Amino acid sequence: MRNRDSLTAYLFIAPQLAGTVAFVLVPLALVVWYSLHEWNVLADTFDFVGTENYRQLAADPKLPSVLGATALFSIGLVVLNLALALLLAVLLDQRLRGTTFFRVVFFSPVVVSLVAWTIVWGFMLQSNGGVNGLLDAVGIQGPNWLRSGGTAMASVIVVQVFKNVGLNMVLFLAALQGVPASLYDAARVDGATAWTTFRRITLPMISPTILLTSIITVVGSLQVFAQIAVLTQGGPGTSTTVLVYYLYQQAFQFHAFGYGSTLSVLLFLIVLVLTVFQWQMRRRWVFHEN
Amino acid sequence: MRTKIIGYGLLCLLCVPFVFPTWWMVTSSLKSNASMFAFSLWPKDPSFQAWRDVFTLQPFAQQYFNSAYIALVVTLGTLVVSSMAGYAFARIRFRGQNVLFLVVLTGLLIPSEVTIVPLFRMFNAAGLVDTHWPLILVPIFGAPSVLATFIMRQFFITLPGELEEAARMDGLSRPAIFRRIALPLARPALGAVAIFTFLHSWNLYLEPIVFISSSSKFTLPQALTQFTDAYSGPLWNVQLSAASMTAIPVLIVFVVAQRQFIEGLAHTGLKG
Repeated sequence: MRNRDSLTAYLFIAPQLAGTVAFVLVPLALVVWYSLHEWNVLADTFDFVGTENYRQLAADPKLPSVLGATALFSIGLVVLNLALALLLAVLLDQRLRGTTFFRVVFFSPVVVSLVAWTIVWGFMLQSNGGVNGLLDAVGIQGPNWLRSGGTAMASVIVVQVFKNVGLNMVLFLAALQGVPASLYDAARVDGATAWTTFRRITLPMISPTILLTSIITVVGSLQVFAQIAVLTQGGPGTSTTVLVYYLYQQAFQFHAFGYGSTLSVLLFLIVLVLTVFQWQMRRRWVFHEN
Repeated sequence: MRTKIIGYGLLCLLCVPFVFPTWWMVTSSLKSNASMFAFSLWPKDPSFQAWRDVFTLQPFAQQYFNSAYIALVVTLGTLVVSSMAGYAFARIRFRGQNVLFLVVLTGLLIPSEVTIVPLFRMFNAAGLVDTHWPLILVPIFGAPSVLATFIMRQFFITLPGELEEAARMDGLSRPAIFRRIALPLARPALGAVAIFTFLHSWNLYLEPIVFISSSSKFTLPQALTQFTDAYSGPLWNVQLSAASMTAIPVLIVFVVAQRQFIEGLAHTGLKG
């Protein structure tokens, strides 16, 4: 019986296991192997060059700007996303009538096709588009959002925040509703202000959720591609060229598969380090662990 | 009372960036190309011309079908693969279980963008570039389904052992226990996996533009950006019409089944 059980188990996991090996682990090994080659698809060259690509990477004059844009996007997105998600969750937690309606509204962009959402915002953010039309109505002259250096990145971040903030909002709402009412009662007896209660009770109690959502949001932010491709194509200049977009340009527009693979390895290492780092922080930072 | 009014005021104000884009998308798609940028909440002379243009400029019905059938196949395939693997990892003891589970979990650590170059080479070598196979096979068996397997495992772990013991006494085999007892109980988890898998496939953008090059094989996200004029400037009203047709059916399903959508997606987000 035990043997037959084991056999069943192996058969059950076989498709997933084979798929992980074929579509994740083998490609990962290949990408490291490719990164040691000078490989131009158009010229049909594939020569072993050792660490030459990594030296090129370290000396790439665009790299600081690419990493800077990537960091700016990730940090901006996490801060804005978490702050807005928390604000929305706190508002929805006030037990007002119609909460369900607002929850549906704030969540709805999550299910709208990413490219459709991005196209609409791209249209609205044109210099004579809907956003500036709204601003014009209250007497403000808006900039050309997607074409000026200062506002292009901010626009991409904001578009992405509104797209997915609903997910974190729902997670925060569940966490808020899990805080025992007795804690709030005790704070009220002690005469704590609303702000003190929020800072000393609510925030520590929901800190596991804050950590979790920040991990999900940061790792997700490193994968941003469609928004950049549709809204700014990495511009103006290279101000919105994040790592994934740069990787795509090198590999699939300039046909430099070797250097593109080197950038893939870099992306993988960043994701790995961030994930490990955030799990380490968990011990020190999270006050309340379930 | 005052806090209530402030609360409602704030909520309504915050609704604007969530509702306005959808409103603007639909109303602007009814505007003519000339009045595209005139700021008005409702078009002066609404027309469905751009909605018709969508179908004459590209094989849009075909592209719509491509996206729908790929998302459907990927969803069904993922449900089968992940429920079986998740069940085995959760309920059966076998040699190498922990190591094999770790191997599978690496899929969660490696974003698909990292492996896009070798995947392109592999499918190119197999002669499957410019077909739908990469968009079907990779999500069902590769990294995207690992999250689904993980969620199914977390669910099956919570099932009480007595149920299976009883079934075993009645002489049911393992596959029968899986199919007739565990799977029916797993309906909420399966629903959550189905929703996020469908949306993931429906939204895929990098993979289609890397793998697919002929317009009759495009998926929707890829097709949407291709409605351009001779100078590759976007034909806004046509793009917005196509975007409306892409977004509205999913939005309607969402509004009808909002509880399942919100809880399912938030649940899977939490686990991932």
